[in-house]
Amino acid sequence: MSQTSIKKLVLFFPRYDCEQPIIYHLVKDHNLIVNVYRAKVTPEEEGYLVLDVKGTEQDIDKAMEFLKTCNVVVNHSGKGVTWDEHRCTHCSQCITHCPTDALHIADPATRKIAFDEDACIECLACIRVCPFGACASAF
Amino acid sequence: MKTYEQINDRIASGKAVVLTADEIMDYVDKKGLEAAAKEVDVVTTATFGPMCSSGCFINFGHSKPKIRMSEAWIEDVLVYTGIAAVDVYLGATQLRHGDPANMYYPGEFRYGGGHVIEDLVAGKSLQLFALSYGTDEYPRREIRTWFTINDVNQATMVNPRNCYQNYNVAINDGDRTICTYLGVLEPRRGNATYCSAGQLSPLLNDPYYDIIGVGTRVWLAGAQGHVYAEGTQHAGACERTPNGVPMEGAGTLALTADMKHMKPEFVRGVSLRGYGVSLALGVGVPIPILNEQVLKRTCVRDRDIQAPVIDYSSDYPNKTGRTLCHVNYEQLRSGEIEIDGKKIAVASLSSYHKALEIANLLADEIRRGDFLLSGPIQPLPKNTAMKSLVIRKKPV
Ligand code: SF4
Ligand code: SF4
Repeated sequence: MSQTSIKKLVLFFPRYDCEQPIIYHLVKDHNLIVNVYRAKVTPEEEGYLVLDVKGTEQDIDKAMEFLKTCNVVVNHSGKGVTWDEHRCTHCSQCITHCPTDALHIADPATRKIAFDEDACIECLACIRVCPFGACASAF
Repeated sequence: MKTYEQINDRIASGKAVVLTADEIMDYVDKKGLEAAAKEVDVVTTATFGPMCSSGCFINFGHSKPKIRMSEAWIEDVLVYTGIAAVDVYLGATQLRHGDPANMYYPGEFRYGGGHVIEDLVAGKSLQLFALSYGTDEYPRREIRTWFTINDVNQATMVNPRNCYQNYNVAINDGDRTICTYLGVLEPRRGNATYCSAGQLSPLLNDPYYDIIGVGTRVWLAGAQGHVYAEGTQHAGACERTPNGVPMEGAGTLALTADMKHMKPEFVRGVSLRGYGVSLALGVGVPIPILNEQVLKRTCVRDRDIQAPVIDYSSDYPNKTGRTLCHVNYEQLRSGEIEIDGKKIAVASLSSYHKALEIANLLADEIRRGDFLLSGPIQPLPKNTAMKSLVIRKKPV
């Protein structure tokens, strides 16, 4: 039996017609546990979905094949929220607003900030509070 | 005892001993004050954070035919033209034309004066649009062109107020989220913010303005500039700790420097949600170690510097003058303070990381002999107090 793993995905729907209940199929047909971080899916428009899928590697691979048939672009790097190290001034304004410590102080002596992508739940709080435009959302 | 001349001779010959205000305390603890005062020539101080009272004069030179600009915009940001024909003043907090501001609260304030200044220093091509009523010798009525910092005659930063000596810690005692120039504050003391480099900050290392004065050469965003006046709202008469450190804002500096020599990473536009735009600047100030007393003052530590905690939901806007309590910068920098038994997460708006970088860059410049010190030609006032704006009836 193949191992269970978790994958963070950003799905892009070039023009979504809402005909496919995609999440339903991921759960029902591919035995995946789905955790949606955020979504912006409007009929007749481009859409995005950021989610974790948990399941056996075999099931995840099959699910990826299925997504391709739905005209969905899958971004495996899972970066819905990005942090630009060069725009960051390391002020620390974001850290009390980040609920998961994805943005955190990496070095207490120099107050250097670091971003732990895997811990980010895409709540977008940092984008609202960062005065220097260091954080951005793919959508 | 040392003089500026002796220190400058040592700098010029590449022999100066320079430490940052972050390093000096441990050095003095190890060597003793007397020995260290003989050895150390300069201690570098620095800060990086939003400084709203910043801006610059730009002279564009003349177009053919000439224009006397009476209204002008750079990248749609209004500049002040009530001076000579092709001189303008661009202010850091000016919003872009058509910015909805807080019409849809809280406004995002993505771009404004501070961002134009950042782009200018970064060498970007910017749009100038100007109008005029036309005169006999300046007949042109309108101009639209693109320019970079290299195309203009002068781009001189002239900042009426930088480097606040100390600053407030902001919290929100109210029951809704508020957006302030110190950041977004969650209700019921959900978080706190502060804005100072603490032990690294220039005027906290010279609490009585014995060293820093009008004429002092400073490092302004990488360019060599100087203090041209006491900063606006400079008010040295305030409550101080036994070691002389102000327990509130107190002193400020008015700074100027040539923007053509600035480094873009230390000139950064600021967007403060629900508040507006501003400019964050990096400033470094060298302190010549003329005697033991000067050195002793540079040994101030975060734990010895007290900042007032102010409620920005009510006390600050209503100018009640109430301070909830004082906390020190060691507590602030730990990321958590305790007020009335409640632990509150703290974040900074000024960057200690960048301030440290600046203190080290300036120290390196001095060690290389590239940055000489200049003493003040006039001291900053020590005992002036802050006045309030009184609302009066028209005098009869
Ligand atoms: S608020 Fe922005 S600039 Fe400040 S530390 Fe966070 S990401 Fe960096
Ligand atoms: S989006 Fe939310 S979780 Fe992710 S880094 Fe920003 S504040 Fe943290």
